[in-house]
Amino acid sequence: MSSKSGLSWLGIVPFLLFALLFLLLPTMNIVVGAFRNQAGAFTLENITNLFQPSILSAYWISIRISVASALLGCLIGFAMAAAMVLGGVPGWVRGPLLTFSGVASNFAGVPLAFAFLATLGRLGLVTVLLREWLGVNIYAWGFNILSFWGLTLTYLFFQIPLMILIITPALDGLRREWKEAASILGASNAQYWYLVALPILWPSLLGTFALLFANAFGAVATAYALTGSSLSIVPIMLFAQIRGDVLQDPHLGYAMAFGMIVITGVANLIYIGMRMRSERWMR
Amino acid sequence: MRGRRLWAWLALILGMIYFALPLIGTLEFSLRMRRGEYSLDAYRVILSDPHFHATFGFSVLMALGTIVLGVLLVVPTAYWVRLRLPRWRPVIEFLTLLPLVIPPIVVVFGYIRLYNTSSWLPLTGSVGGTNLLLLFGYTVLALPYMYRAVDTGLRSLDVATLTEAAQSLGAGWITILWRVILPNVLVAILSGAFLTFAIVIGEFVLAALLNRPAFGPFMQLIGANRAYEPAALAVIAFAITWLCMGLIQLVTRFQKHTQIRQR
Repeated sequence: MSSKSGLSWLGIVPFLLFALLFLLLPTMNIVVGAFRNQAGAFTLENITNLFQPSILSAYWISIRISVASALLGCLIGFAMAAAMVLGGVPGWVRGPLLTFSGVASNFAGVPLAFAFLATLGRLGLVTVLLREWLGVNIYAWGFNILSFWGLTLTYLFFQIPLMILIITPALDGLRREWKEAASILGASNAQYWYLVALPILWPSLLGTFALLFANAFGAVATAYALTGSSLSIVPIMLFAQIRGDVLQDPHLGYAMAFGMIVITGVANLIYIGMRMRSERWMR
Repeated sequence: MRGRRLWAWLALILGMIYFALPLIGTLEFSLRMRRGEYSLDAYRVILSDPHFHATFGFSVLMALGTIVLGVLLVVPTAYWVRLRLPRWRPVIEFLTLLPLVIPPIVVVFGYIRLYNTSSWLPLTGSVGGTNLLLLFGYTVLALPYMYRAVDTGLRSLDVATLTEAAQSLGAGWITILWRVILPNVLVAILSGAFLTFAIVIGEFVLAALLNRPAFGPFMQLIGANRAYEPAALAVIAFAITWLCMGLIQLVTRFQKHTQIRQR
């Protein structure tokens, strides 16, 4: 057995080869393409070309939707998870809520868009009921499902459950002793949260926010099925570019994809880093 | 104390209303196809559409293929890393997390560039090659979930002792993997497999950009052209996701029972 140990790395060669061919090389190809011109020479022109109004506004609206849906997802998900773990509600709430969160956090893409069109579209259930029962026409008020708030509201359907799934173990990890120790030392409830619980939860909260941000930023199918190409966000613009070179500059397309990798990459690094920090308290 | 419970219920009920409304709305909308009364017409139209059968069948096959390839790739690797190459663990883990970092649309963009008809490996040149490329793409998407599930399953095993015991009885590597390791991580594999199924069955971006007739692009097409059928499709898709998650719960519970019995 020991005679083979020099060659034992051969056991993971199939996996490494697969990862190289179908994950690393394709990504590298795009990244390298972003820094090359048509003739194949190195250039930064593609990156600077990203700073034109139409592309900048696509990035800006993408970032705004991702921040809004991640922030609201974190707040509402935290409120629901805290209500479940610390709110003194009966124990039977927990199982179904966590199971539902597992389902809903995976219920994204095309069908999710259909569900929200059937609910908040012009003929959707909620739109019609609000109009018939309360005389409120939300479309006359300027609401549109094919807009910033429409998309944010739709994304929340998978953002909130994801937050619940990730933050529940962190809330479970808050020990009763910490609370007791704080109150023996004379801390009020608010002081306990402000000085003990939140500093412990902070890495989890920040990390999950970053994860939800990346999650929303990379979502293509939901947005495409919901808005077609009427809302210019980065993933939809890139989708159209891959299909038919709408920017009329392939290398600008690579630069756009590169920008996407940078943004989701940074967000995910924050998530992974914060997760490692928060795991210190979970033992 | 009482005040806190009130707020807790309030938060939960408001949240549940938000989640229930789209589901009720979709269900209601899907039944509205016939004027003036509720009917199952939308479902009848969808279920009798030959494109529904073709695309759904294609995606089911793709999902099953992804699961098989994922297991073949992940189980031996995770086992080998635990047994012999613990130093490689961070590298492998990093690689399996990458598909969560790099958006799928970028990966498939790379495929189209790297494996087009004028490249060294012209996979997109033929139908079979493109299907294979789609299968590889789905396997990449499933990698984080599959690896995490299998690695967690392996953690509860004493891999080294099991291997030595099998070897002393004369088993080769294939036998060890197939008859010792695989049965022991079966529950982990199953939960990874159901999650993979739920992800692949409705996947849109890869299939659309590689131009394959999968269920995701079919749903999108119906959504762009019809009124009531999309809602019926959403109900069906939600039921499939629910079924997959339910099966995961079921197999995990089953494992807990067997573990207790073993003790």
